[in-house]
Amino acid sequence: MASNSDSVSDTQRSLYPYVTGTSVVALKYKNGILMAADMGGSYGSTLRYKSIDRLKPIGKHSLLGASGEISDFQEILRYLDELILYDNMWDDGNSLGPKEVHNYLTRVMYNRRNKFNPLWNALVLGGVKNGQKYLGMVNMIGINFEDNHVATGLGNHLARPILRDEWHENLTFEEGVKLLEKCMRVLLYRDRSAVNKIQISKITEEGATLFSPFSLKTCWEFSAFKNPTVGAEGSW
Amino acid sequence: MSSIGTGYDLSVTTFSPDGRVFQIEYAAKAVDNSGTVIGIKCKDGIVLGVEKLIASKMMLPGSNRRIHSVHRHSGMAVAGLAADGRQIVARTKSEATNYDSVYGEPIPVKELAERVASYVHLCTLYWWLRFSEIDSHYHFKLYFFVFFTSITYCWQFHRPFGCGVILGGYDRDGPQLYMVEPSGVSYRYFGAAIGKGRQAAKTEIEKLKLTDMTCRQGVIEVAKIIYGVHDEAKDKDFELEMSWVCDESNRQHQKVPDELLEEAKAAAKAALEEMDAD
Repeated sequence: MASNSDSVSDTQRSLYPYVTGTSVVALKYKNGILMAADMGGSYGSTLRYKSIDRLKPIGKHSLLGASGEISDFQEILRYLDELILYDNMWDDGNSLGPKEVHNYLTRVMYNRRNKFNPLWNALVLGGVKNGQKYLGMVNMIGINFEDNHVATGLGNHLARPILRDEWHENLTFEEGVKLLEKCMRVLLYRDRSAVNKIQISKITEEGATLFSPFSLKTCWEFSAFKNPTVGAEGSW
Repeated sequence: MSSIGTGYDLSVTTFSPDGRVFQIEYAAKAVDNSGTVIGIKCKDGIVLGVEKLIASKMMLPGSNRRIHSVHRHSGMAVAGLAADGRQIVARTKSEATNYDSVYGEPIPVKELAERVASYVHLCTLYWWLRFSEIDSHYHFKLYFFVFFTSITYCWQFHRPFGCGVILGGYDRDGPQLYMVEPSGVSYRYFGAAIGKGRQAAKTEIEKLKLTDMTCRQGVIEVAKIIYGVHDEAKDKDFELEMSWVCDESNRQHQKVPDELLEEAKAAAKAALEEMDAD
């Protein structure tokens, strides 16, 4: 691919991502937001890193999940760290909520895209502040929206249809987790860059909790797998 | 008490025949005229307290903050000219964030104090300096850059900072307290006071057994001292502002929690009444 750098002093522009994380799925439930992502970092088609934390709490009220280029995600975490630090230093009893952080991220992503140097991520930002739940998404071209359930990457095609059917207001924590696991299981079966090490985290008015990673049970005993080529003309 | 400068005190770049720089001493006088600021180092952290003299009854309580957080783990209390103080705090915040982004760890308090002192000192050296030059001088403080000026003109574009700061922080080496004066000297203390009531405050601080005290107790003691040195006759109203950074606050610099502050104020007022009753 031709390089985009114009001169020696010009910084390189991102052309393609190197180490990427796959989908993040999130939904609003009764007490807050539930978010799930696997812990894999793919290097192209190699599942190279298997313990990457893609869900991070931001400040007191928000949770950020990222898919896409991991190094850009780390850079975004540094920006947000500085943002929260300056917010804390006011020490005035106020703190940035999820809507504010989402807006900040949208500005950053959109402005980088306009300079042809995007942060190659799709971000999910969820949180609760003063009883108000908020769940939003922003991706590398600056598209952003908020909804009751969001997903990135392949999750948009595989998980969101499930969520559209089965999500309802006031899910309990257990129902929410079950729904997320259902989505992550489909992604595990169908997404080639998925890794069977899932992390779920929740954020409520009290704060963020990251649960320990676990594996999903998968079933490969389907009869169609026993004789996969039956009915496929010309296969062996 | 104060010797008249007569001609040697017009510029910060002039020594007097007996080796003093009068402008810096005058700057220190500006600090001495402000409300008392105290810092103490307890066994588990630092407590900073400020006697905020209220200029007008119409001011909202809690406004005009004199203690500022400069990073998660450290804070700074300012005495003297408030606008000068704002400048120093802004610079300190910038130094702290810069160190963090370069070295990946919160700036050690010792390093931060050195940078603040260096900055304050720098602004006592030249009578004319642009900000870009300040940065280049600042970070190459190992070599001495001689700046040639036309000294025939007495135009004052620069004056020393008219404020002193007490900087307290908690890093890997434990809690530390530093004080930076307008001359640019910075020393480490276990108890420091600047402003109007500093002599009386220092005497009181020396009486305290700081090595045995926790910050919770320290907050009460600082409140008592500030209420004690406040001069009812000369200055009418004041507001007490206190902050701490200690194990209890998770090593974060923050305002003392409201209920503890109220407890401290009540204890201080009670102690005053006891003294008056004698």
